[in-house]
Parts: sequence; C-alpha cells; structure tokens
Amino acid sequence: MMENNLIIRTNSLTKRFPMGKSEFTALKEVNLDLGTGEFAGLIGPSGSGKTTLLNIVGSLDTPTEGEVIVLGESIGKLTAKGAARLRKEKIGFIFQSYNLLAVHTVFENVEFPLLLLKIPASERRKMVMDALEWVGLLDKVKQKPPQLSGGECQRVAIARAMVKRPSLVVADEPTANLDAANSHNVLQTMVKLNEDLKTTFLFATHDEKVIGYLKRKIFLKDGKVDRDETL
Amino acid sequence: MKLAIKLAFKNLIGAGLRTWLNVIVLSFSFVIIIAARGILVGWDRQAKNDMTDWEIGGGQYWNSNYDPFDAFTLTDAHAPVPAEFQSEINEGNMVPVLITQGTIFPEGRMQSILIKGIKTDQTILELPTSRLDTAVGAIPAIIGSNMARTNKLDIGDYVTIRWRDANGTFDATDIFITDIFTTNVPTVDVSQVWLPIDSLQSMMLMPGEATIMTFRDKDKPREGTANWKLMTHKDLVKDIENMIKAKSVGQSIFYLILLVLALLAIFDTQVLSIFRRQKEIGTYVALGYTRYEVVGLFTVEGAMHAIFAAVVGALYGIPLLAMLAKKGITLGVSSSDYGFAIADTMYPVYSAGLVIGTTLIVLTATAIVSYWPSRRIAKMNPTEALRGKLQ
Repeated sequence: MMENNLIIRTNSLTKRFPMGKSEFTALKEVNLDLGTGEFAGLIGPSGSGKTTLLNIVGSLDTPTEGEVIVLGESIGKLTAKGAARLRKEKIGFIFQSYNLLAVHTVFENVEFPLLLLKIPASERRKMVMDALEWVGLLDKVKQKPPQLSGGECQRVAIARAMVKRPSLVVADEPTANLDAANSHNVLQTMVKLNEDLKTTFLFATHDEKVIGYLKRKIFLKDGKVDRDETL
Repeated sequence: MKLAIKLAFKNLIGAGLRTWLNVIVLSFSFVIIIAARGILVGWDRQAKNDMTDWEIGGGQYWNSNYDPFDAFTLTDAHAPVPAEFQSEINEGNMVPVLITQGTIFPEGRMQSILIKGIKTDQTILELPTSRLDTAVGAIPAIIGSNMARTNKLDIGDYVTIRWRDANGTFDATDIFITDIFTTNVPTVDVSQVWLPIDSLQSMMLMPGEATIMTFRDKDKPREGTANWKLMTHKDLVKDIENMIKAKSVGQSIFYLILLVLALLAIFDTQVLSIFRRQKEIGTYVALGYTRYEVVGLFTVEGAMHAIFAAVVGALYGIPLLAMLAKKGITLGVSSSDYGFAIADTMYPVYSAGLVIGTTLIVLTATAIVSYWPSRRIAKMNPTEALRGKLQ
C-alpha cells in the first residue's frame, strides 16, 4: 500500500478503561493500515473492541498507548479543537440509531455539516440536493425524521455523512435497526458511494448482511486483530 | 454564534409545549416586574409633583427653630420676613407662611390643629388661597377635604378657633369655611386650617412675621440667611425618595422570588435536556462541535427562553401596561393613612430604561441558569453520550 494513500494507521494501539479500582483493556497492541477507497469492516462479537477502535479512528476518543494516525493527524496529540476540526472537515459518521436531529427537516439534517464548514448557501443547497439524490430521498426534503421509516432515516444519516465529501466514513452497526430489505438498500447505497467517490468506509459490525458487502474484513477478538482478510 | 442561535431557535420551537410553558411563566415575571416598577416610578413622580405643587414649590426657607416633626418648636419658630426677600415676595415668587398650633371646636368637639397663614394672592402653590380673600362676618378659612370629612365641616360653616398669641394669651374667634380643596398631600390637609396671613399675624401679634417661606424657582442659586435655613427642593423630597426606595427594596424581594420560580423552571428544563438529549450532544460532537461549543449552544437555547418570554410578554404586556398607564390603578387608600402624598389613582410610568433594564436582568439571569447545568456537557464523554448512557 502506498504511504500517501494511507487513511488510517495504528501502531501498537492500546486502549484501557478504568473499571472500579482496576482497568479493562479494550484494545491490545492493534496494528492496522487502511488506504483510500477501502470498504472495510471491523468484525467481532460484543466486547471485542470494534466500537472502541472506531471511536478512536473517528477522533472521538484517544489511545492509552501507541499511535493512531488518521488522515495525517496523530489522534493522541490532537487538542479537543483539533479533533473537532478533523471530524468536521474530513470524517463522516453513521450510527446504529441514526442520531438525526429530530426537530430538523431532512434537508436541514443533511445541511448541518456544511453549516459547520461555513459553506455559502447556494453551494450548500446544491451539495445537500446532490447528497439526497445519491440516497434517493429527494422527495423527502421537507419531512422530519419522525415521519420517516428506519431505512429512510439511515439513508438521511448516510447523506449527512457524505454531503461534505469526507475522506473517511465510520459506521457503527449501521444496519442493526433495519430489516433485511432496508439493510441491503442502505449497504448498496454505501457501496455505490464508495465506488463513485472513492470514500473510505470503515464499519464496526457483526451483521452477516454487512459482512457480505465488505471488501476487507478485519476480525477482532478480545481487543486484538485476529484475522485480516481482503477480497 | 449565528448557527448556535439558529439551532437553539429550532430546538426550542421543536420542543413545543415544554418551551411555551417556560416562556409563559418567564413572561409573567417580565410583565409583573415592569408593572410593579412602573407603579413605583409613577408613585415617585406623582408624589414629588403633588408635593411641589401643593406644599414645597421650588424649595423653602425655614425659620431656624422650625421642626415640622415637633409641634412644640412652633412657639419660637417665627421671625420677621427678612428685607432681602421682600422684592421676591412682591413679585409673587416667594410666599411667607406663618404656622402656629391651635384648636377648633366643631360641633362641640375639640380638635388640635395647625393654623397656617398664607398670602391670599399667592400663585406658587395650588392651594385655593384666593378664596381667603372674601369679606365675611368671620375670618375666612380654607381646609382640605380630609380635614372637612373628619371634622364634618362644609363650605359655609362657622367653627370656633382658639390659639395662643405671642404673649401666651389664649384667644378665640369664629372662622368661616370659604372653600374645601382636594389634594393628595396630607401635610397641607390633615388637621390644618389655612387663614389669610395678615389675619393670623394680627391674631398672633406677630406683624410681618413668618415660619417658612416657599419660593417658586428651584434652579435659582440660593443660600441660607440669618435665622433662616435653606431647604432645597431636593432636601424636601428626600423623605419621599427614601420611602419609595424602602418600598422598592420590599418589592424587589417579591419579584426576585417570582423570577427565581421562573428561572427554576428553566434550570429544570436544562438539566432534563442534558440528560434526555445525550445522543444529540454526542451527535453534535461527532459532527464537529467541540464540547464547549455544545455548552454554548445549550446556554443560548436556555437564554433564548428569555427572548421568547420578552416577545410573548410584549404581546399581552404592552396593551395591558398601556391601559394601566392610561387608566391608572385605583388603590382605594386615603393619603392620610400613609402620611405622605399618595393619589387615589396611581398612574404607572414605564420608561425605556425600565423595560430595557428589566429585559437585560432577566436575560442575564436566564443565561446564567442555562449555563450552570450546561457546564456538565464539557465533562461528558462523547462516545458515551452517543450511546445515550447516563453520565
């Protein structure tokens, strides 16, 4: 893998959480490289450390030991402001329970990351409409999340993650709340965006439906990389 | 900041009834505080105006022995009017008043009074002294409506009056009530009889003497003179100002309680919001906000309650307060019960300063109680917030 294509690199990443008087080690000496345009997943049972790893890669958390470089930035050395800037500019998030802003319309939810980036209104509108077109929700622009189905909500979340054309999208159990049909629909959307826009996707999942779409499967077990398979 | 305001607005509108309940309670605080303060300002202004018009004019000279709170000083509180004031008196810009103790005997009862002699042609005070310039079979006298009511006197009544002259000799005669005036100033009404100063000076054997002298122009520079103490307009309204200040403190406690109750509702909403909206907080952080920016957002959201409350308060408060200012508030109390100028109907005065000041106080207080619980967000772990775990 070319160095300049690297999106994520972890060197001996260890993460421990305090647990009463002792500590719980969620990740142990994880070494991982992820390049541009990958469609990869962290696979493992509950407690294997996949969400912890995803949070650190997403700069929502920091490593206890080791180094994590995401898009050229060392996560452990970033200030809170620096981490917020990285998330704002370069990382998109997709959550299991969508995490849409309930009082805002679909348009406003998707527009939100662009407002943070202070993109001019006319350009913003075009970008939002493009993102909604990618996920096939142009007819739901004025609706609010409570009026949408689970699948539609997740597609709005995908549009929100993709609207700023991030280099990396992290998705934590994105299909856990969806039925099979909606799961496939959402995954196909993400595969298409990965192919069209060359955005790197990193999932945390134990859902077989998601695993079936992954081009790279990183199996975690007890906080360590157990297997790393690329199709 | 613009984005925070936009988001806060959306979130508040989206919260529906919860927002409006808080806003309505807070708007009550706004309107009641402004109304109550307006009444005090109106009272202060009305009391000062009435005192100026009826009693103190632009200020007074007091005989150095005169103490209005000690009737026994009246025996010695008189002196000839200094020659230096004569021209002002002749021009009608100063009026001498002679004051002494006396007794009247209405319908066989005995009532201690103050007898005040004043020039009949004076125009400095609103007392209808021209009604003293009447040729009748007895000394003409005017009294206030309170005095008339308590002594069952009416225009055209004769009543016996007794006094002690400069030599200490008691003497008595009849006075004839030529007019009854209505005033909000009890110190010119309660237990007082006004006579022509010439009559009183000859009754007292004190020709050319006076106890106080009231002048018209309060802005003219003056100094005290031998035996005469200068009491400026400011000195004379000091008591009423202190009284209003004391009332204001008492009232402040009342509306502080009211404000605290309204702010408690905001505080409660903020605390609940922070627990209930943890996922939303986590989402803001994931999308690129720092935790401190989220604290700012929640503070703006809480403080915006005060802005909404100001708008809602204005909707019903402006017509209500305008009506009160126009029609006044009838208090149903007599000025004599209070001992200072108080009108039957109070007309509140609402100044821009009062409205802006109150708005700023409520806005600042709301911002503080919104910020207080929001600080907790800064300590939140965003990954746990995203999962909606109670922290």
